[in-house]
Amino acid sequence: MNLKALPQRRRGAEDAQRNAKTLAFPLRCLSLRLCASAVRFFLLAFAAFAISSAPTLADEGGRTARPAIDIANPGKCVAPAEEMRRNHMEMLKHQRDRTLRQGVRGEAASLNACIECHASKQTGSVLGSNDNFCQGCHAYAAVKLDCFECHQPKAGFKAAGVKP
Amino acid sequence: MSSQDKNPRRAFLAAAGTGVAGLGFTVIAPGLHLMAVAGNADAANAADARKPGSAASPAVRWGLLIDANKCAPGCRKCIDACHSENGVTEKLPDPRQNSQWIRKIELVDRRTGHSTQLPMMCQHCAKPPCVDVCPTGASMKRADGIVLVDRHICIGCRYCMMACPYKARSFVHTPLHEQNPEVPRGQGCVEGCTLCVHRVDKGLQPACVESCPEGAMSFGDLNDASSAIAKQIASVPTTQVRADLRLDPGVRYQGI
Ligand code: HEC
Ligand code: HEC
Ligand code: HEC
Repeated sequence: MNLKALPQRRRGAEDAQRNAKTLAFPLRCLSLRLCASAVRFFLLAFAAFAISSAPTLADEGGRTARPAIDIANPGKCVAPAEEMRRNHMEMLKHQRDRTLRQGVRGEAASLNACIECHASKQTGSVLGSNDNFCQGCHAYAAVKLDCFECHQPKAGFKAAGVKP
Repeated sequence: MSSQDKNPRRAFLAAAGTGVAGLGFTVIAPGLHLMAVAGNADAANAADARKPGSAASPAVRWGLLIDANKCAPGCRKCIDACHSENGVTEKLPDPRQNSQWIRKIELVDRRTGHSTQLPMMCQHCAKPPCVDVCPTGASMKRADGIVLVDRHICIGCRYCMMACPYKARSFVHTPLHEQNPEVPRGQGCVEGCTLCVHRVDKGLQPACVESCPEGAMSFGDLNDASSAIAKQIASVPTTQVRADLRLDPGVRYQGI
């Protein structure tokens, strides 16, 4: 086996660079923090503005693409829309464990209940196209679900041969 | 032999042989302590659904009693009912890969040629080996004794299939569609008889029990001494398949 000689490190230049970095570090850190808090402030202000002025996810100007959210059935969701947007995955995860492991049935955050209420009027499903409830928003947010490999995405679906 | 027998020693043998230790027999027959909490007043009954929002109760132990004498040769009603209820309909090129939640087996006495049929499925053991071996905790026993696969956690390793002495579990080999909304199932997971948990929680009987034209199967709470199934088990000799493994199955057979 041939072993190539390692290139000689040029100590002087590297060390000088490193020293320069350590000197600059506290200063940079401070300015970064300032920047971050400014950004946070503006984000908050913007969020407050966005929530108060428009119920949609982006500005009304139409320069940003928005998910198509089709609320097919009127009624009350399990929680307010803001909370649903952020936390529906956690709710479903806990519901799944409560139902499957503990046998608790008939609860609000049941996946079948979401589907019954959120399935589109046209296709009867929460999936199918980006106009459908679960798919549209997830395509927008680049989220991929595997739930519907097992779970039936259609509302009121009667599998062949199942007795009521 | 029945427990009404006058001879006390015989009566004892009958009870031990049936695998239904009434309260007094628990000590003598370890592993047969089925009747731990007999006669709990608020134990659920097969006829009523559990209240929405309440969890499965450990006071209950769901079980089946199958009378092999009544099981008609050639009849497949329970298999068809199970598989349509649960949407187990895929037909793969290699039929050995089809899921099978329930099957019928035939026992033949070689000397006499007498044959007995019986349906075989997950035995919902009190000490399920599938749960012991599962590396992710997906294989689980619910408080009321129903053994399930939590398919959200299952990674499809099939260890449980190896561990099960009853060959009760199957692996799903292909993508599925048109599932029953109440019975989600899909590729890459292990599955098996759920004792129709979605029906039981609504207060219905499992599909197989309901479908049997001979009334060979009965379902109920083994822990509730006043339930029909517990009374039956207390009065006729019943068998646990592979009782030697001491898994304390929730499915009992009569006439084998
Ligand atoms: C491999 C199959 C499979 C996949 C994939 C799957 N589930 Fe399930 N799920 C099941 C089974 C089986 C049940 C039990 C159904 C029952 O007993 O009623 C269930 C039950 C549930 C329940 C409770 C029943 C209900 O309607 O509320 C929830 C909630 C749930 N799953 C959520 C999810 C979510 C969210 C995902 C995707 C992240 C998912 N599941 C993916 C098989 C699956
Ligand atoms: C009784 C019908 C009903 C049920 C059941 C229901 N929802 Fe909703 N959901 C609604 C309605 C109506 C809205 C619109 C609320 C609003 O805009 O204020 C909504 C809004 C939402 C939103 C926010 C959409 C947006 O505007 O950004 C999400 C996410 C959501 N639901 C998810 C779920 C999930 C997940 C479930 C199951 C756990 C569920 N919903 C169950 C009716 C329902
Ligand atoms: C308002 C937009 C929106 C709608 C409508 C919506 N989701 Fe989501 N969902 C999201 C976002 C965003 C995420 C990813 C959040 C993250 O990764 O932190 C997500 C994540 C999830 C996850 C977790 C996925 C994972 O792999 O962790 C599940 C499960 C889920 N959604 C189920 C549903 C179901 C079922 C519906 C239809 C009833 C639905 N969602 C409708 C926005 C939405």
